[in-house]
Formats: sequence, C-alpha cells, structure tokens
Amino acid sequence: MIQVMLWLPFAAGLLACLVPRRFAPWVAVLGAFLTLDLAIRLVVDFDPDLPGLQHAVDESWIPDLGVRYQLGVDGLSVFLVLLTTVLWFAATAWSAVRTPERAKTYFLMLGLAETATLGAFLAQDLLLFVLFFDLMLIPFYFLFGSWGPEHPGREGEETIRPSAATIKMIIYTLVGSLLMLAGAIATGVIAGDGTPQFSIAELAADPLGEGSQRWIFWFFAAAFLVKMPAFLVHGWMPDAYRIAPLPVLAVFSGVLSKVGAYGFLRIVLPVFPDATIEFQEVLLCIALASILYGSVMAFTQTSGRLVAGYSSVAQLGFITLGIFALRPDGADGAVLQMVNHGLVVAPLLLILVILAERTGGDDITRMGGLAMRAPVLAALFLIVTMALLAIPGSANFVGEFFILNGVFQEKTAFAIVASIGVVLAAFYALRLYQRAMHNRKPEGIESREIGWREGAIVSGLVACIVALALYPQLILDRTDESATAAVEAARTEVAQR
Amino acid sequence: MTDFNAPDIDYAGLSPIIALTVGMCVVLMVGLVAKNRFVNAYLTLAVLAAAAGLSIWQWGEQEDLVAGALRLDELALAAALMAMLAGAVATVLSIREPAADEAGHGAFAGLLIGSVLGMTVLAQAQNLIAFFIGLELLSIPLYVLCGAARRREDSLESGLKYLIIGSLGSATLLYGFAFLYGASGSTDYPAIAEALGPGGEGDDTLVLIGTAMAAVGLSFKASLAPFHQWTPDVYQGAPTPVTAFMAVATKAAALVAFARLFEVALGPIAVDWDAALAALAVASIAIGNIGALGQDSIKRLMGYSGIAQAGYMLAGIVVFTETGLEAMVFYLAAYVLMNLAVFVAIVARERETDHGDDIRALEGIGRSRPWLAWPLTIGFLALAGLPGTSGFIGKLFLIEATVDADYTWLGVAIVIGTMVSLAYYLRVLAAVWMRPEPEPLPAIAGAAEGAFEPSVPDRDRVPPGASRCALVVGAGVICAAATIAFGVYPDPLVDWASAAGESLGASG
Repeated sequence: MIQVMLWLPFAAGLLACLVPRRFAPWVAVLGAFLTLDLAIRLVVDFDPDLPGLQHAVDESWIPDLGVRYQLGVDGLSVFLVLLTTVLWFAATAWSAVRTPERAKTYFLMLGLAETATLGAFLAQDLLLFVLFFDLMLIPFYFLFGSWGPEHPGREGEETIRPSAATIKMIIYTLVGSLLMLAGAIATGVIAGDGTPQFSIAELAADPLGEGSQRWIFWFFAAAFLVKMPAFLVHGWMPDAYRIAPLPVLAVFSGVLSKVGAYGFLRIVLPVFPDATIEFQEVLLCIALASILYGSVMAFTQTSGRLVAGYSSVAQLGFITLGIFALRPDGADGAVLQMVNHGLVVAPLLLILVILAERTGGDDITRMGGLAMRAPVLAALFLIVTMALLAIPGSANFVGEFFILNGVFQEKTAFAIVASIGVVLAAFYALRLYQRAMHNRKPEGIESREIGWREGAIVSGLVACIVALALYPQLILDRTDESATAAVEAARTEVAQR
Repeated sequence: MTDFNAPDIDYAGLSPIIALTVGMCVVLMVGLVAKNRFVNAYLTLAVLAAAAGLSIWQWGEQEDLVAGALRLDELALAAALMAMLAGAVATVLSIREPAADEAGHGAFAGLLIGSVLGMTVLAQAQNLIAFFIGLELLSIPLYVLCGAARRREDSLESGLKYLIIGSLGSATLLYGFAFLYGASGSTDYPAIAEALGPGGEGDDTLVLIGTAMAAVGLSFKASLAPFHQWTPDVYQGAPTPVTAFMAVATKAAALVAFARLFEVALGPIAVDWDAALAALAVASIAIGNIGALGQDSIKRLMGYSGIAQAGYMLAGIVVFTETGLEAMVFYLAAYVLMNLAVFVAIVARERETDHGDDIRALEGIGRSRPWLAWPLTIGFLALAGLPGTSGFIGKLFLIEATVDADYTWLGVAIVIGTMVSLAYYLRVLAAVWMRPEPEPLPAIAGAAEGAFEPSVPDRDRVPPGASRCALVVGAGVICAAATIAFGVYPDPLVDWASAAGESLGASG
C-alpha cells in the first residue's frame, strides 16, 4: 500500500501526459485523490501503541553500494504524509480549475514532486532519503521557472525574473543537500564494516565516533536549515516566493519546509546524538533568530506573499526550537506544529491568489475593504488568520504551547525570548487581515465573493484546521511514541554527562 | 594443438580489432563507389555493431594477446564498447553533416572507425609500444576529422590546433616512456611492475621523470587541467558530431589507458604518483567548472564541463582501489550516455537555427521541440548529478570510493565542483524551458558571418528538416532513456562496471 501511495502521483502525472489535453488535469486530480485516500487509510490503520516502523518495505536496491530500498511510516511521518497528500490534492484541484498552459508537463512535474516528497518522508535508508530530498528540487525548478509570473518587485527594485530567482533557489538548496550527500556517504562508509551501512535504524543503534559526528552534523544541518529556510540561509526565499506560481507555492511552503524539520527528527537527532548535544545551543540560537527576524520582517513587508514567507521562517523557527529542546513534549509540539503550519499557510496563499486577482497585485497596501461583499471569503480568511497567530483554542496554540513548555523545562531563557515571537505573530497576522479585508476600499478594486470551486478547496483546508483545533490529540497520541524515541538517544547522552 | 609451428594467434580475442580494421577498409572503398550518404552510414553502423557484438562475445575472457602486448579483459572491452557506442551515435549525427559531405562520406566514416580502432587498441594495451600505437591510431584520424569542414576557418583551426597540441602530448608521453624503459629495461607492463617492485628501481629518478612525463602526455589526451587549454577551442571548431565523439570516446579510452598504465605498470610506486594525480583531479574539477561558468557557446561549455567530469573520474584512479576503478568505469558509461544525449540536441539545433552552437539556439525548445528538449534536459540533469539519473548513482559511487579509501577531501572536492556546475547546467535548462523561442536572425547577420569567404554564400546550410530525421532524435531519446533507466535500476551497469574494475586486479 505504501508503495502504491508513493508512486501513484508520478504514475498519474505520466498518464496525464498520454491522455488528450482536455483530460490531463482530471487524471492528475484523480491520482492526487487516490493518493489522499491511501494516506487516510494509512492513518486509520496506524497503531499508535506499536513501536518502530509500520508498513515497512525493505528491498535490496544497489547491493554493491549498500543502498537499500527501505520505506516505512512511524508516528513522526504518518501525519506529514497525510499533510502532503491533502495539500497536493488541494493544489492539484486548484490547478485543474485554472488550467495552466502546457498543462501536461505541469501536471507531470506536480506528480513527480509529490512522489519525491512522499519518498523523503517514507525513506528509511539514509541515501534513499537524500535521493528523494534532492529529487524534490527538480520538479520545483521547472514549476517555478516555467510557470511563475514575473514579479515587479518592491519600489526601486528590478523586476524579478522567474528563471533567475529559481536558479538562485536551486543553488542555495542544492549546496546544502550536496553537502548532505557527502555527509551521508561518509556516515555509511564509516559506520559500515567493509560494505557501507545506510539503514537509519542501524545507524542510530550504533552511532559514529564523536569526531566524525561533529562535521557530518553540520553537513546535514546545512541542508535542512536551507530548506526550511532558517535565518542566515533564507536568502533564496524572498525572490522565490514572489515568482512562484501560487498553487505550487502552497505545497512548497506547506510541505517542503517541513522536510527539513522532519530530517532533524528522523536523522540528525538519532544518528548524531553527541553532536546534537554539543551544538544544541547553536541551533536554538538560530531558531530564536529565525523567530524574531521572521516575525519582524513579516510585519514590515507589503507583499502578501512575503508576509507568508517570512511568517514561515518564524514558524519553522518555533519548530526547530521544539526539536532542539530535546524533550518529548518539544518534539511532539514540533510535529503538531509542522502539520498546523502546512494547513494554515496553504489556504493563506490560495486566498492571496484570490485577493491578488481582485486588486491586481499582492501588495497589501493597495488592498482594503474586500470583506464588504465577500462574507464567505472573509470568514475563511479570518479562521486562517486566527490559526496563524495561534489563538488559544486552535491547534497551533497547542503546538506552540508544547514547544515552549519543552524549551522552558530545558533552557528557560530561550523560552522566554521565544514567547515574544508569539506576540509578534498576532501583529503580522492581524495586519495582513485588516489591510486586505477591512479599511477603506481603494478605487478600482472590486469586492467579489470567492468562486464556488476555489471556495470548496479553501473550505476543505479550513475544515482541516478546525477539526485539528477541536481534536489535536489525533496527532499527539500517535506521535508521542516516535517523538520520544527520536529524542531518546540525545537524552540518554545528556544524562550521562 | 597440432605440431604446426605457426605463431599462436588468438583470432577470437583479436576479433573486435580485426572487424574494425577490415570494416574501416571496406567503408573507405565503398565510399569511393557509392555516393549515397545513407549507404555509408548504415555500413559504418554495421561495422561498429559487428565489432560491438564480437566484444560482447569475448566478454569474460581474460588473456594476453599478441605476446602480451595487448590484454583482453572486461576493462578493455568496456572502454571499447563505449567507443563503439559513441562512434555509432557520431555516425548517425554526421549523416547530413556538411563536413561529412565535403570530406566524402567514405573517408569520414573510415576515419571515424579508425579512431574507434585506436581506442580499442589503446584500452587493451599492456605494453608501452602498443600503447603508443593505439594512441596515435586514435589521434591521427581525429586531427583530420576536426578539420573536416574544410570551408570553415574555425574547423581548420581546430584541426591544426589539435594536431599541434596532440603531437606535443604524444612527444611528451613517448619521452616519458623512454625513461620508463631505461629504468626498468622492459616495455611490458608486468615486467615494468616487477622491476619497480619491492627492492627494485622504484624510487629511481628516471622512473619518476618518466612517470611524470607519461602523466602529462596522457593528461593532454584526457584534457585534464592544466593541460586542457586546447579543449574548448578544438571542441568549438570541430564539426559537432566529431566533438560529440571526441568528448566521450577519447575520454573513455584515455582514462582506461591511464588506469591500466598507472595501476598495473606503475602500481608499485603508487605512493609517488597518487598525490600528483589527486592534484590533477582537483585542478581539473576547479578549472573545468569555473571555466564553464561564463560560456555562451554550448560546445565550449561542454568542453569545460568535460574537463571537470574527467577530474571526477580521475579521482577513481587516484584512490587506487578496485572500488575506485569500478566507480570510474560506471561513471564513464553514464557519462558517455548523458553527454551523447546532450550533443544530439546541440547538433540538431545547430542545423535548425542560425545561432550555431550559441546558447540562444536552445531557447524555447521546451515548447517547440520536446523530443529534443527532454533528452537534453535529462542529459544536463545527469551531468549535474541530480537523482533519478545515472549521473547521481555515478557520483554516489565515486564519492563512496573516495571516502572508502580515506580520500574524503577528494569526495568533498567532487561535491563542491558539482555545486559550481549547477550554475551553468541550470542556466542552459533555463534557456530551454523558460525563454520563448528567439526570432530567426535577419538574413544580413548570416551574411556577415560568412563574410571572410564570399564565395560561400551560405555557410553550412543544411536543408531544414534534416535534424528531424528519426535516427538523430532517436539516438538522443535512447541515450536519455538509458540514463534514466540506469539511474532507477543501476544494477546491470554496476555489475558490468564491477566486472571491468575487478579484471584489472586479476591481471596486476
């Protein structure tokens, strides 16, 4: 089942290339829907009390190089898989409603991207993970570069060309992931006795020496931090966010950034426990800087996309903070927050498409008064905004609470500074909402209700937010076991010191 | 055996060489009679296919031929098969090539087969004399082929430049061989290895000078930095099918010969040369990747990229392990396929547009020519080492080999080189997919280009549609499909490369 789910989106993308142009979008939508269906069954089947992997697949792939085709889900990945399929279904459906030109290649790339992302969440072999992690970039390179609109940029800035911004993004992220490739190979070769050993479980059972861990840790951290993006290595983000075609950006921002955070939990913490402890505070500082920088930048941006982009930097900072608290509750909160943020940012970006259509651009200073004739749109947007600022009662609140609680127990000072970020989130989220929906309506802007097809897609995502707000234990219960296991190695290491 | 006292000739072992030799003569003769370009092309393909078939038949044999001058093993056959594949693709690409029309199809194809023959001999050479014969047999036809477009100044320049630099390389190499012979008293690899072995002449100055000069001479052929200066110029000027052939086949033969010379004959003094070769590898990776950054001519870009790729592959020799050699052979095979996939598109667009090999010729073909754009894209993604392609597995193999042999820093150098390479590979892909197709140049610009020779009104015009020939597009699609297939299911190629890598250990 897990295999079918992994390869189905790509197969649907290939099939979409073969059928007549008219049907291509609907083949892709069907593929994304069936994948979603399989992912839901995966969650339903998931047994929270069972330790270790479920639905594991373990086949030989390249025996000479020691690479195995190992897949499986556990509490860390099962909801991220679900999130991936939910967002991809939304994005595919959205794209089918507004078919882009050269639709066949578009849907092929979208399908390949989903397969690669699912692969990264499912892979249990270090090199297989790296492979899928790198593979994700290829379709996004084409999607961003070929279908992205030009962006006029801020005043005084040159027009941002999609191809240039995309190359920048790819080089940033690939520099990180190529280092990770070297690190992964080194890990496998050093750990293996003669034949390299890449199974993550085996590597975690028998960690490397402290000296090797130290440098390999940074190779992996570089890849994951760039992907998130974290403060200092976020340079690709502003340009890429402004030129990305929006349904694609929704999945990109919603899911791909989580792969980085997931990588820390899945690989770095268990496989490099000594280095993790050694650099815990460095990572916490980076996380803190991301939260503050992201929040302040989000508050000052005029482009709606950049508000979303910088808020992601801040949210991913929270998630990193939770992970590097190295406590089970921090990790639980991090996983919950990954799902939350994905569910919030995707409808936010889709709503921004609608707003941009009404106003002719994503500059929020030129918006206003859009709520007048569009109560449904306003209501949906409001729920998303409330979730974004983590209002008590939302699942985001629960996630942030768990994270801050975890950090507070471990490193009190960091938790206190981080809570400023929670306040700042309210500032930028409410500012975005007010600017767009309230205030005086400028000339030449039309307040119109969301179309029913787009409305259905956004409502679906908002329904997920509400459902999770009512019952966050859905995730917490199933994640706890694996999250505890993920921080276990590092915790025992701390106890020994 | 009977009492008949003739030299013992292993015709089966020599059969690929015999097939190529006979085929070369036949193609040349038929070319005099039959003026039809297709007759020649199909005949050439048949010769190469026969030689390839015989090589596959001999796969698994491990024996000395011609009194130990040649060594038949999987490594040699692997290089020969790559050369034959490259020759076949170059033949397909040259079907309507003006250079081939001018030089006469028989002569063009005959020279091409001659060069493949030289590569086959070079890859098998296990004796300094045989090595040199193979090298010259490889090079001399290429000098002519580079200058085959006789009415184009830059083609002649390319041929001449290659001739001069190539001769310099050959001379250096020969000089080095003389020193090696002087020190060891033999031209046979095993005898040299014995003479240099424990208690032998290992650290003799003559040996070191000879080794250094042999390395320099071979670096000229394999276009390793800092002996690479000729590469971009020659690649750019030569007729593009010849460039495609040179870029892959010469590299394959030269690197395999490099490996055999250094690991068998000079193996006992590996401590003396591995640091120098590592420096060559790093220099090639750095200079190749940086040089490619600013290139607008795709052929020059491929020249620089080839220098960098040769640097990656040299790392497989430097580590001096069986895994390293296996990784090198795997990467070579992958490299041959991905490079050919790229060159098919370059040749096709060169004929369709007035932009020659400028990057602008490729703009917008993602929309207008998907069957060219996809192989090109896959080829470039593989060259950049992205997953899903054999290029990724190849890099994985190489880096694993370097880390395994405690050359982790060399693995990191490969990784850093790859990062730099993304900048220029992706730039081409951006042109292919993210730009509109350019307007055809106004006629006046075309006239200005050919202005130095007014008697040629239209330089190298090929009838439109020539590149739509199913053979040309098919060759690209097959190479690209193989690149993807070996990226997803690399086992067969890994086994093949392992057999080749192990075979050298068996002889040395």
